[in-house]
Amino acid sequence: MRSRPPPAAFGAPPGRRVPSILVSTAVPRSDSRSWSRTFDDLAGGWAQRQLWGHLGWQDIKQRYRRSVLGPIWITISMAVTAIALGILYAGLFGNDLAVQLPYILVGFIVWGFISGCILEGADVFIANEGLIKHLPSPLTVHVYRLIWRQTLLFAHNMIVYAVMLVVFPQPLTWTVLAALPAFALLMANGSWVALLLGVVTTRFRDLTPITQSIVQLMFFLTPIVWIYEDLVNSPNTAIAERARLAEFNPFLHFVEIIRRPLLGEDQHLRHWIVVLVITVVGWSLTLFVMRRYRSRVSYWV
Amino acid sequence: MNVSTVPAPEGSRPVSITTKDACVDFPIFDAKSRSLKKTVMGLVGGNIASSSKVPIIEALHDITLHLEHGARVALVGHNGAGKTTLLRLLAGIYEPTRGIAEISGRVAPIFDLGVGMDPEISGLDNIMIRGLFLGMTRKQMEARVDDIAEFTELGDFLRMPLRTYSTGMRVRLALGVVTSIDPEILLLDEGIGAVDAAFLEKSKQRLGDLVERSGLLVFASHSDEFLRELCDTAIWMEHGRVKQQGDLEEVLRAYKGHP
Repeated sequence: MRSRPPPAAFGAPPGRRVPSILVSTAVPRSDSRSWSRTFDDLAGGWAQRQLWGHLGWQDIKQRYRRSVLGPIWITISMAVTAIALGILYAGLFGNDLAVQLPYILVGFIVWGFISGCILEGADVFIANEGLIKHLPSPLTVHVYRLIWRQTLLFAHNMIVYAVMLVVFPQPLTWTVLAALPAFALLMANGSWVALLLGVVTTRFRDLTPITQSIVQLMFFLTPIVWIYEDLVNSPNTAIAERARLAEFNPFLHFVEIIRRPLLGEDQHLRHWIVVLVITVVGWSLTLFVMRRYRSRVSYWV
Repeated sequence: MNVSTVPAPEGSRPVSITTKDACVDFPIFDAKSRSLKKTVMGLVGGNIASSSKVPIIEALHDITLHLEHGARVALVGHNGAGKTTLLRLLAGIYEPTRGIAEISGRVAPIFDLGVGMDPEISGLDNIMIRGLFLGMTRKQMEARVDDIAEFTELGDFLRMPLRTYSTGMRVRLALGVVTSIDPEILLLDEGIGAVDAAFLEKSKQRLGDLVERSGLLVFASHSDEFLRELCDTAIWMEHGRVKQQGDLEEVLRAYKGHP
């Protein structure tokens, strides 16, 4: 007895038969560039979540295979980095370790997710060339796998956050729950960034190293090791003025919407608005690019 | 054929592949034109048509085909005639640059036995992943795992990482998985060999069963014997075009008689 096959992810959906098959004798235009195919790709990728769910886990286990501690190494290396940098910058800026360390730790964890989505996104289709050329799966399968893998890494790092809460208790209230929608927004943005960058870098390979340089630069421009509020409220007006320029950095808003609830700080509406606007604009742009170039990716890889 | 007794799932159209004047053109980006710099400068500098144009390889021209449920099609042609590209077009991997290709049905392309296999994980894990890649669900694969294990005769080796396997053992594992699935459209590329004679006999049987279960088969091979066993019609590809299509024996005769 055959079980019922899932709906085919390929081919036009029922009711969208192209009439020109029977009528026209001229060479018909390819119908690859359609909105329905674009959304089929997104939905078809989602339908294969058993596949990318499994692969995402496999990627994590793979990285630490044959090591005794396995994926716990993710947690350990994050803890070591955050503690070392926390002590270093607490000393350099003359801050209290109980303030600097939680700030750096949460900033680092969030930045790890953001940079992971961008850096791996710039390589997502190139790295999966073999699969793309041999198996007809929606492009989004590779992107969902990437986001899922980064989410698992994030979850491993949150163990360090939990331990930190014990050592340096934060003034948490129910507002900590805002971190959940904030992370959902991070995932939504990671998805379009990976999809868009993936398509563009497959065509223009030079963009991969450019992306790497930009991400590295943005790490320093984004308040992760330096505390934004301290500089904005600095008695030195010149410094305060310059620090305000950081508002133009979109990454600041992404980090703030999740770091503030996790550290029990007051939240600002403007960060959420900026992130929401970027989400909508980014996805719209990505959908347009997908509609036009989705079917070209298998030719380009 | 047992597949014809299975009612088609509601709401889905019968298995078929239709192409109309489908063309596949590959842009070949050499280092020069693949960089952003050139494109940007090209935009700024205006039209330099001859130097800014990307060379294109026309891999398939004007492919017009209609394959329906029950088709058993052999694909013959010289190396580079476009067999693999045609299979990828039929799989939906390449959407035609001009023309139309409509594929309805779940496609299981078996072009390369190794793709999707991970040397660091165990044979059992690889069975699961390969099955998921071919469009099966986790439950379906769990139900088939014992059958696959028995077929591969690998025994306890299935718990070892794939990198410890010999080439022949890998082929056994891959064949075990790909012949266990229930495809609606089965696309096979040549190169399913490299196993010992006794095992080959056994896998032929399984391959035959797989083909019977599948709704539609396209099989590219250079082995007439294999083609005669599995197919009844044929397509002869030459220089990216369909040179002849029709009855298997007829096409084979023309193809062999062709210098």
